[in-house]
Parts: sequence; C-alpha cells; structure tokens
Amino acid sequence: MTVPRPAGARQELIGLAGVTCGYASDAVLVDIDLAVHSGEFIGIVGPSGAGKTTALRVLAGSMHVAHGRVTRRPGLRMAYVPQVETINWSFPVTVRECVTMARVDGRRLPWASRAERAQVAAVLGQLDIGDLADRHIRELSGGQQQRVFIARALVGEPELLLMDEPTSGVDVRLRHEILHLLDDLHAGGLAIVLSTHDLNGIAAHLPRVVCLNRAVIGDGVPQDVLTPDVLERTYGASMEVLVHGGMPVVLDGFRRHPPHPHPHPHPHPHPDPHAEPHVHAEPHVHGEAHGRSEARR
Amino acid sequence: MIDELLRPFEFEFFRNGLIVATMSGALCGAIGVYVVLKGMSYIGHGLSHAIFGGFAASSLLGINYLLGAGVWGVVSALMINGVTRRRIIGSDAAIGVITTASFALGLALFALFGTSGRSFDAALFGSILGVGLDDVVAIFVVSILAAALIFLRYRALLFTTFDPEVADVAGVNTARMDALLMVVLAGSILATMQVLGVTLIAAALVIPAAVARMLTNSFARMLQLSTGIGAVCGFAGMNLSYHLDVQSGPTIVLVAATLFAAVFVVTGATGRRRAAAIGAPAPIAARAD
Repeated sequence: MTVPRPAGARQELIGLAGVTCGYASDAVLVDIDLAVHSGEFIGIVGPSGAGKTTALRVLAGSMHVAHGRVTRRPGLRMAYVPQVETINWSFPVTVRECVTMARVDGRRLPWASRAERAQVAAVLGQLDIGDLADRHIRELSGGQQQRVFIARALVGEPELLLMDEPTSGVDVRLRHEILHLLDDLHAGGLAIVLSTHDLNGIAAHLPRVVCLNRAVIGDGVPQDVLTPDVLERTYGASMEVLVHGGMPVVLDGFRRHPPHPHPHPHPHPHPDPHAEPHVHAEPHVHGEAHGRSEARR
Repeated sequence: MIDELLRPFEFEFFRNGLIVATMSGALCGAIGVYVVLKGMSYIGHGLSHAIFGGFAASSLLGINYLLGAGVWGVVSALMINGVTRRRIIGSDAAIGVITTASFALGLALFALFGTSGRSFDAALFGSILGVGLDDVVAIFVVSILAAALIFLRYRALLFTTFDPEVADVAGVNTARMDALLMVVLAGSILATMQVLGVTLIAAALVIPAAVARMLTNSFARMLQLSTGIGAVCGFAGMNLSYHLDVQSGPTIVLVAATLFAAVFVVTGATGRRRAAAIGAPAPIAARAD
C-alpha cells in the first residue's frame, strides 16, 4: 500500500504516533499513526462511530490523547470547519461578523481595521459570497452557509484546513461546488484533511485516502486503498469495487437472499435473485472518467 | 408635574441610586448578551443566589460585604465554570447544588444571627435606600472591568460564545475567556445586588438581551441595543420606584418586562421567531465518530 508523499521539499505539519484517545473510558482511536504534510489533500473515510471526527479533533489539538505522541510544526496555522449540523444557526451573527471573528491575532479592538475589512471582502469575494456580507447566516442556502464557514477558516490564512463532513447532506450539485472550491484551494497550496462518508463522490478523487475504524485500516492512493478487502475491514460489510476510467467506484455488496427452495409460501414472494449491487454512494466523476469498468473482488 | 418628577433628584440617596440603577441596567444588559447566547441564564440566576450566602456571611462577620460576597461570588463562579466545562457530572445538578446550598446557608445565617449591616430585604429584592458611595464606586469599577473585557477581547469572546471548539483551534484560550466572563458576571451581580436584589438580577440579565435579540440579527447591534435597553430600564425603573413607593428591583424588572411584551407584539412574526431561538439548546456537539 503506497502512502503518497508530496513531491518537493514538503514538510510534516502534524504527526500522530501510536495515538490512543477517546471519551471517558471508551477508546475511540487506538494506536493511530498518521502524518500530514504540507500541500496534501487527504480524505478520512469510515463508518459512523469509526473515529473520524475524533481524529480531526486530535489533529486540531482540541482533544487530549491518552497514549502516543502528537507533533506539530511550531507556528503551524490551522483552521477547522465543523459539521454544519453543529452550528447554532439562530445565533445573531451576520456573514461579515462570522468571518471577522476569526481574526483574533493582533488587533483587539471590536471593529475591523481597513486592512482587515479588505481581507474579509477579498475572501468573501473569492468564495462568491461577497454580496451576502450583511445577511444573517440563517438566510443563506446550504452551499452559501458552507462557504461562510470556509471563509471564516481562510481569513486566518491557515496552512492546514481541517473539515468535518463538508458534504454531509448536500445534493450532487452542491457537492460539486464544494469539491471544486476545495480543489482550487488545494491548488493554491493549502493542505486539506477532510472526513467524509462519501466514498465515490469525494474519497475516490482525492490524492490520499485514509480508511479508519478505530484504527487506520488503509492509507494511500485511492486505487490502493479502496479495495474490497480494506473496505470490508473498515466497514464490516462486503463491497465490490469497479475500476471505471482508472478510478475506483465502490459498490455496496448487499444482495437479497435467493428464493427459498421449499414450496411453502415465502413472506417475500418475489425476491430478485439477480439484484444488482447498490452503488454505495452516488457515483460522481470528478473530471474525465470514460472507459470500461472492471470489477475487483 | 415637572417639579414633581425632579423632586427626588434633590436627595443624594436617590441620585446615587439612579446612577447605580442606570449603570446596573447597562452592565447587566451587556453581560446578559453573553449569558443568554451561551445558554447560561440558569447560571446567572444561580450565581446571584450563591452570592447571597457570601453576603450573609460577611454581614455576620462584620466585614465589608463587597469584599466578602465578592470573594464568595468569584469562587462560586469559578467552581460553576469548572463544573460546566469539565462535564464530569450533570452541570445543571451541580450548579443547583452549589448555588442553592449557598443561598440556603445565607438564609440560615440570617435566621440564626440576624444582620448587623445591610438589610436582608434589600439584598433579596433591592432597595434604593441602602445605596451608598461604596455601591457607586463598585458599579463604576465593575463596569470599567466589564467594558475592558468586552472591548479588548471582543472577537475572542464572540468566537468563544458562538463556536468554542473552533475558537480553540484558532488559538483562542476559551477556558480563560469563560473564566473571565464568569468573574465579570459575579462582579456584576455583586455590584447590582443592592439595587436589583439577588432574586431579580437574572431578569436584568436576560430581558434586555432578549428584547435586543428580537430587534436585530447582528451581534454587535444586539450588544449595543441590550446595553442601552438595560440602562433605560434601570433609569426609568428607579424613577418609578420612587414615585410608586415600590422596591427598586421589582420596578426595574417590571419596566423591562413591559418593554419585552411591547417589542414582542410590535416585531410580530419576525420577533417571535427570533425570541423562540433565545436560550434554545445549542446544537448537539459533533458526533464522536
């Protein structure tokens, strides 16, 4: 399994070595090794309860570890974008206030300086929400809301962006928007680590994927990591993987039970013995993906 | 008519009381914004009761109540803050135990030994008659400290109030922010206790902020409005208190409650929607997955 190392003189931003941590006496992550380098774009995938959010919290430094070592490059600037479900949308804050509050270094006065106002306007403009600055955060669409919190993260000029489920509960169009935005930010040199449930929509298109289920099950390029074996060990369920246009497409291996051979009535009289495997998540092709599909089992 | 309205200004005790009431209203209005938005209304209510225990103890020991109750209040505030942050046990239960036990201790001390200094009723319900120069100085000092905290830590406080986990990652010392806020809250309760009374301070913390929330969706405007509304209610309530011969605490709170009802009606559906979200439980913390 290949863990891609970014080209050039890229340095380690955060390293986790043998990290075990959890809540109260329950260990959520056990003996985790993970390194994040500058300029990387990493997707952490795994089932609910696998420890994805906890891993992000450990990377962010907002969670103490019980065992192991966490090293951060001194002076590392990080920003965290939480799940939108955790945001208090009733809080009285406009888009401009929400973004400006993250400028906590240096100037301490309540009102923004001319330079800060210009920077906030530039970030909002970069994310196409410049005309929404005086709107309340609740008065925005889902995509705009996500952009506001990305803007708040960017205004602190981070080197590493941590995002928890950035596409949770969004439709395909919005997911494309967010992915393109993150692609652009990554192309600009920002290191990104995100957690996601969306194997095909996001993870398969990232340069590096980490499969997590309390421990790191797989870590590397999607073609190496998104295999039936790794996925079954990660999710505890069988999955099939097609290679489509050179990219892995994960299919849910669930099949209905075949018809009962005995003549007595079956509670489900018309099971389909030839049911096709379900696509685990909406297949999303980020870029070109034409070509023959090849099943990997 | 005008002469009648101006007559109380001839008395020093009234002028002192009016200064303290107006500044108390403004102070509670400003701090109340954070109290309400952090869902700490119960903490404010409990802390005011806890400080009553310190008030009774200092009265019994014959030491300055601002000092005795002040130390008691800050210790209680930091204990409550510690319990709330660590979530070792149910914070509501812990706060209830700490604050009501302290309040009960105060009541017991008064029952057993009586009071040699401040009035028992004044501490509970507020009184204009007991306002002295030390109260004026105390409210000035606490107001300056609160203003300094809000002014110089505006963004860090806002970030901590809105999104503490992300603020922490962004480099804000949220534990220190919470502790500072609790200390200023304890100081505010202490400085306003003489005019408002411990049983009514919670209303002075909550109502101006709630009214302001119905009027705006901006945090900065809410802070300004709440401070102004608190000051107006304190000023008007104290004047009414003199003319109606009703204790200052209840009068100030009734003025604020009347304003709340009027704004609730005037702002219609928008105000009601915003009011409904006041004190709403914070979203569930990110799942531990």
